[in-house]
Amino acid sequence: MIRALSITKSIHDWLYSSMSENMAHLVEMVLIALVYLAIFSVAGLFLVLIERRVAAWFQLRIGPNRVGFQGLLQTMADALKLVSKELTGTERADKFLYNLAPYFVIITALMALAVIPFTQDFQAFDINIGILFLIAISSIGVIGILLGGWSSNNKFALIGAMRSGVQTISYELSIGLSLLTMILITGSLQLSQIVEVQKNGWLIVQGHIPAIIAFMIYMIAGTAETNRAPFDMAEAESELGAGFHTEYSGMKFAYFFLAEFINMFIIAAIATTVFFGAWLSPFGITESIPILGVFWFLAKAMVLVFLMMWFRWTFPRLRVDQLLTLEWKYLLPLNLMNIVIMALIVWQNLIIRF
Amino acid sequence: MERIIFYVLAVIMIVFAIASVTSRKMLRSVIYLLFVLCGIAGIYFLIDYNFLAAIQLTVYAGGIIVLIIFSVLLVHHIEMELEIAKISKQILTSIACLLGLGLFLTTIYSYEFKVVENTLTTTTSDIGAALLSYGAGGFILPFEVISVLLLAAMIGAIIIAKGKKLTDKKDEIV
Repeated sequence: MIRALSITKSIHDWLYSSMSENMAHLVEMVLIALVYLAIFSVAGLFLVLIERRVAAWFQLRIGPNRVGFQGLLQTMADALKLVSKELTGTERADKFLYNLAPYFVIITALMALAVIPFTQDFQAFDINIGILFLIAISSIGVIGILLGGWSSNNKFALIGAMRSGVQTISYELSIGLSLLTMILITGSLQLSQIVEVQKNGWLIVQGHIPAIIAFMIYMIAGTAETNRAPFDMAEAESELGAGFHTEYSGMKFAYFFLAEFINMFIIAAIATTVFFGAWLSPFGITESIPILGVFWFLAKAMVLVFLMMWFRWTFPRLRVDQLLTLEWKYLLPLNLMNIVIMALIVWQNLIIRF
Repeated sequence: MERIIFYVLAVIMIVFAIASVTSRKMLRSVIYLLFVLCGIAGIYFLIDYNFLAAIQLTVYAGGIIVLIIFSVLLVHHIEMELEIAKISKQILTSIACLLGLGLFLTTIYSYEFKVVENTLTTTTSDIGAALLSYGAGGFILPFEVISVLLLAAMIGAIIIAKGKKLTDKKDEIV
């Protein structure tokens, strides 16, 4: 099931020649897990830095620029500081659940990373129900937030957790339905297949009007799903302290923080895969150099990440009732209508293909 | 390799199932139940039944467990513990459980399982076609019955949620 990376083909062969098959399989799994953990931590730290720089840029400040070149090592230093800090907890908190909660958030983020096609060969788990798997995984992450909020034994944390739960459950529907709209064109849930279809033009071009509507709904719902501003009721600083992670300190806080940024990247990566042709280059200009796929994928994902940061530093926060009205009264009916329109377009074969 | 994974999953499931019913903290037993459900999803992944595994994760782990957690958050305080049942009740429940277990075991051991070499993974379009087919082996009737049931549940939920408002309006008209 695990597709070996072509870059590491030699490592794969060497492992199988030097050990028994089971042992090699195990070592390979551990190696892939380590690679993804490295991606997870590096990308997470890097995204935090980008967020701070972008925020500074929007607010006409300079931002962190002292540690390393242009502040590149700033978040590394922050992480080291967080590692060395004491892990505190509240009195009479449910210690077991309190310690468990960050791992839920992190493990779901890691599992989602595994199915994302960075290039043709760089995909750990090309499952035949890719999109459905991603939706399934994203619905589990919220359990970590609910647990963290409840087991802190803190009223503000509990309120933050409840808000986050309501929000995530509602907006999951929009994410699922907007992705389903695009599935109507691809006819497959497998991510590699979805990329394959887009060799005749990215899906946002193929599906034109309904695809653009679906993309807009997806980005709104995705921002809400990651609990980011303008939908950050879960950790509204002005009213709830820090929301569900008020009581967390040190590395456990950092887990929540990193997972939030990785989730943002995952939302952008899914959008890249489904709407913008994943690792495919625009008009196939670098089709002969497959290694550049990573560059295109990351470039597209970063543009979308920048879009989400732009949302965050531009829009003011919504109220909870406004948030739920937006989802249930506007996005959901629009989405259902959009699916019907898309079905008509696919049926009448009005797709734009090159 | 697969055998080892199966036994690991099975042990995880059994341990957490027992922990789930013996824990006296409500939210902890919900989380143990979540681990059991994830273990079942793992077994589906192991036999390459990806669609069912994803559905298991979405519906049970992501949907039902979140709803249970919500209701626990609403009614339960962190310092509360569940009470221990009376001895007579415990004995009664254990007898019922043993009977059920015996029934399962006799059924499983009296039936001869054939090993099927299943190399084909079921695709989502197959499942969709089976759900909508009205020929032999089609599931159109249960599918429709479930949709009617869900519609009824949704209407019921709306009536409960808006109950006061609806009756007030009626009074005004009269």
